[in-house]
Amino acid sequence: MVSAARAADPARARAVAAGVTDPELPMLTLADLGVLRGVRAAADGTVVVTITPTYSGCPALEAMRADLLTALRAAGFPRARVRTVLSPPWSSDWITPAGRRKLAEHGISPPGPARPAGGPVPLALLPTRTAARCPRCGSADTEELSRFGATACRALLRCRSCREPFEHVKEI
Amino acid sequence: MSGDSAYDALAQEHAGDARWAFGTGFTAPLAESAAGADAPVPPEVPAGDLALYCLMLGDDALVLAQRLIEWCTDAPELEEEVALANIALDLLGQARLLLTRAGRADGTGRDEDALAYFRDAGQFRNVRLVEAANGDFARSVARLLVFATWRLALFTRLTASADPALAAIAAKGVNELAYHRDYAAQWTLRLGRGTEESHRRLTAGLADVRPLLGELFAVHPVEERLSGLGAAVRPDTVHDEVAAVLERVRTAAGLDAPLLGAAPPPPPAAGESGRDGRHTGELTALLAEMQSVARAHPEAAW
Repeated sequence: MVSAARAADPARARAVAAGVTDPELPMLTLADLGVLRGVRAAADGTVVVTITPTYSGCPALEAMRADLLTALRAAGFPRARVRTVLSPPWSSDWITPAGRRKLAEHGISPPGPARPAGGPVPLALLPTRTAARCPRCGSADTEELSRFGATACRALLRCRSCREPFEHVKEI
Repeated sequence: MSGDSAYDALAQEHAGDARWAFGTGFTAPLAESAAGADAPVPPEVPAGDLALYCLMLGDDALVLAQRLIEWCTDAPELEEEVALANIALDLLGQARLLLTRAGRADGTGRDEDALAYFRDAGQFRNVRLVEAANGDFARSVARLLVFATWRLALFTRLTASADPALAAIAAKGVNELAYHRDYAAQWTLRLGRGTEESHRRLTAGLADVRPLLGELFAVHPVEERLSGLGAAVRPDTVHDEVAAVLERVRTAAGLDAPLLGAAPPPPPAAGESGRDGRHTGELTALLAEMQSVARAHPEAAW
């Protein structure tokens, strides 16, 4: 039984949407990752969820859409719609403090501050000295192995102290 | 979501539809409003010109993405395969948004699939730089260095476009392109300062790329008109910035000949550039492969 009052409850719909996890970083919810832009109830009772891609070609977007609709349907919101917006572009600065903590707990080093938007982009001729700490041993002595990792948003680093490779969410 | 695989959810989305292979189809709304690819075209911007301009920028990205993924299973190291595939994926994402924008602006309602898979070579508007065959790894690095440097300079300025969709697509792409440029620049250094053989191959790769640079800075009539309205960037205005960046990389890599001089290289004859739909046989071959499945199964959902 889905009552009209229940279907139009945006606060509960928001809680449901915010609890959906990212398909590629399943320790994070879409809210933790900062890709959930808004949840509202349209005049006809449809729940409209707004999300934003991390990268232009992020292939997880389709899975996010499907997961959101499935979760909302299961929670008693049969009429739901997911819209994607581009502007302003997602920044790794939008990952919440809770999200950063969860990343570190799962062995993925969270991003440092992103470059401020606007102005010419400086050219990096050498592998960037990374400020990332090893999520296993905590050492700050780390190096970048490859700036392109298993997904668009992750780079591959190595700890010089414990010699273990680890993933790092890129600053963008 | 807990306990459910994304694939289950996708399958549920397609209950009763036996034709889907993965996902909900490339026609899924990539970006709705908030300056997404479906935003209304501002009244002062001629929609036909905007559509053509989006095709130019979109085709550049689509064709180079296809070239880059040819390196899958063929790159020198697994890390480079992953990197090149990631770069291709970013460019493919940019292409999808730009082609969607083009289909919206030209009023035909063609989606990204129709534009990517059901146009022939003569209707593609990419510069010839991106369609040239990969060659060896050094040549691919040389091409990517020039392309990413040039496109980053264009996109940085396009963030102020009078078309809100184009501005948003550019703002999204800037940080991606900065990663691509750094990747290519760092490999240029490694190859240039590596062995005699790597230096020789890089020099040869850059020599192959050099004759294709004129098109990058030639101003097409569509760019001329749209830049006057603040919607496009005249590509000749980025020449000095591109030349300066490439010169820094060249010096650091210990290479002899500059890629660009003080002035833009001579443009192709009017009406004879890739922007006009004039292409080499290399694009025809690339499209034959890229479009073969879509054309063999035009009704399939992807």
